Amino acid sequence: MKRSRRQFLKVASLSVLGLSTHLATGGIVNAAEQGAQYLPNENGLKAGRWAMVIDTRAFETPEDFDVCVKACHKAHNVPNIPNNQNIKWLWTDTYEHVFPEQGNNHMSESLENRDFFVLCNHCENPPCVRVCPTKATYKKPDGIVAMDYHRCIGCRFCMAGCPYGARSFNFSDPRKHLDMGEVNPEFPTRMLGVVEKCNFCVERLAQGLMPACVEAAEGKIVFGDLNDPESEVRKVLAENFTIRRKPNVGTQPGVYYII
Amino acid sequence: MIEKVLKGSPKFYVWLAFLGSLIGLGAFTYLFQMKYGLSITGMSRDVSWGFYIAQFTYLVGVAASAVMLVLPAYFHHYKKFKKMIIFGEFMAIGAVLMCMLFIVADMGQPQRMLNVILHPTPNSVMFYDMMVLMGYLVLNAVIGWVTLECERHQVEPPKWIKPMIYLSIFWAFSIHTVTAFLYAGLPGRHYFLTAIMAARFLSSAFCAGPAILLLLLFVVRKMTNFNPGKEAVQTLTKIITYAMTINVFFFLLEVFTAFYSGMPGHAHPITYLFAGHGGHVDWITGFMWVGAILALLSLALLIPPSLRDNEKLLPWSLGILVTATWIDKGLGLIIGGFTPNPFEKYTVYTPTVPELLISLGIFATGLFVVSILWKIALDVKKEAGTF
Repeated sequence: MKRSRRQFLKVASLSVLGLSTHLATGGIVNAAEQGAQYLPNENGLKAGRWAMVIDTRAFETPEDFDVCVKACHKAHNVPNIPNNQNIKWLWTDTYEHVFPEQGNNHMSESLENRDFFVLCNHCENPPCVRVCPTKATYKKPDGIVAMDYHRCIGCRFCMAGCPYGARSFNFSDPRKHLDMGEVNPEFPTRMLGVVEKCNFCVERLAQGLMPACVEAAEGKIVFGDLNDPESEVRKVLAENFTIRRKPNVGTQPGVYYII
Repeated sequence: MIEKVLKGSPKFYVWLAFLGSLIGLGAFTYLFQMKYGLSITGMSRDVSWGFYIAQFTYLVGVAASAVMLVLPAYFHHYKKFKKMIIFGEFMAIGAVLMCMLFIVADMGQPQRMLNVILHPTPNSVMFYDMMVLMGYLVLNAVIGWVTLECERHQVEPPKWIKPMIYLSIFWAFSIHTVTAFLYAGLPGRHYFLTAIMAARFLSSAFCAGPAILLLLLFVVRKMTNFNPGKEAVQTLTKIITYAMTINVFFFLLEVFTAFYSGMPGHAHPITYLFAGHGGHVDWITGFMWVGAILALLSLALLIPPSLRDNEKLLPWSLGILVTATWIDKGLGLIIGGFTPNPFEKYTVYTPTVPELLISLGIFATGLFVVSILWKIALDVKKEAGTF
């Protein structure tokens, strides 16, 4: 009896050891194989500094805005929550609210009445990145301020830090406000308790597609590489008078408005 | 020494049970927050920090205030404070614990809080805030426990405790400075973006914290005959008076800069807090005016020596002071920082009942810890004859 137990333990421990080494080495090999599958898309768009120029003169009717907002919110599964705990990626507001302290007396009627798009500015010096205690919000080399929803602890320091009110927090479960049959499977839905915002369609750029709102705007929004002197954004910036939101806070926004 | 907790009067246990029930109520309410998220609070997209973070900020000040006893005692060899120091240190432990709980209560994903350590981010002030709070907790726990243990055995404290005490003095200033930096470095939040924020925080902490300590000690004096000493109380009251005078002065500096410069961004939050917006006045305005009047009243009651040294009046003066500083920092600070929002729009924030119940539970937790620690200190002092 004693002897057989000893033998059993010997065999058992040896097999556990063998099995675990096999799993360990096998695991490494598998990881290496899987790693090879994740190659960047060859058609992916690249830039030194992504930027957006919105021709605010061209957006006239509510529908002009609506198609872009819908395209964005559909692509990113942004819920519509009918209270002040709402999630916003791309939305509109009036001149005095979008450009506070940049207003004038007796402005033209069209400027007074016009709406303006609001979204994350993908700043050159993003305060949200500076304050995030977990690097859940970070700046990519191409200038896009991106987020890792799985690392965010929901402290909302970034919301206090953002001078543009571009960030939203999932106060409630966003999936309860989405038609789960209609969600875009290409982009993850978020969970309770994390912050989110516009990501300049980083996932679409990686596939060689323009941002959803740019595509839907049909030329009214120009998107491209600010570092490339030949790019279209540089062309429209050179030809038009543009402003950015809150220049005095020193963040250097990547979103320009033709007025 | 922990065994002292096991031998107490029925009254003491009734008190603990009462606090325990409040903690239970808070914990039960927190379960709902775990399930439904922060949607059960009054916070919104525009006012994204609320009652929790405000209480955290106020309590960091309370924790830091222990230094107002330690500094005179060890830098200036003011021996009269030595009897009280342990109570300041133990109160700081309770206050830091409450700070941490308020932070956790405010998190959207508290189960991920270790990410702050797993992915350390030295450019974030919150990273430093976590470190200084942890450090301050450890410092006070070690210093408090070791000195009390020595008092119990009637021996001199070990030599190595001295450097720790000196370190704790600097540390106390650092915890509240870092907490002020959470706010003072945010572009686009006009009410927060002011170089004097840390100075304001420290001055309000150094009056409110010792005032709370004295109030609690007065309760203890009634219950146990423990006497902190008349002269010690009078000296601490003087410190409180100076700190409060500076605190009020600093606030008036803010008012001057905002309104003499006439810059809209600087003026709007203060205007909102004290006069509402567009002819509409929210609940906070009433609180702010009460706070302002109480602040001046506390000075009127504390500055004249005859009133300040009146022992019958003193608890009232201190209570008024604590209320005034709490309205300024525990309500007005956060609401003013987020209203108006970056779009110059006004969203009203009102804490909800669940939010207040969870906060009540956290306050009760702090009081529970302080009650136990103070009981140990009092019993040890009674035994050692240093009562």
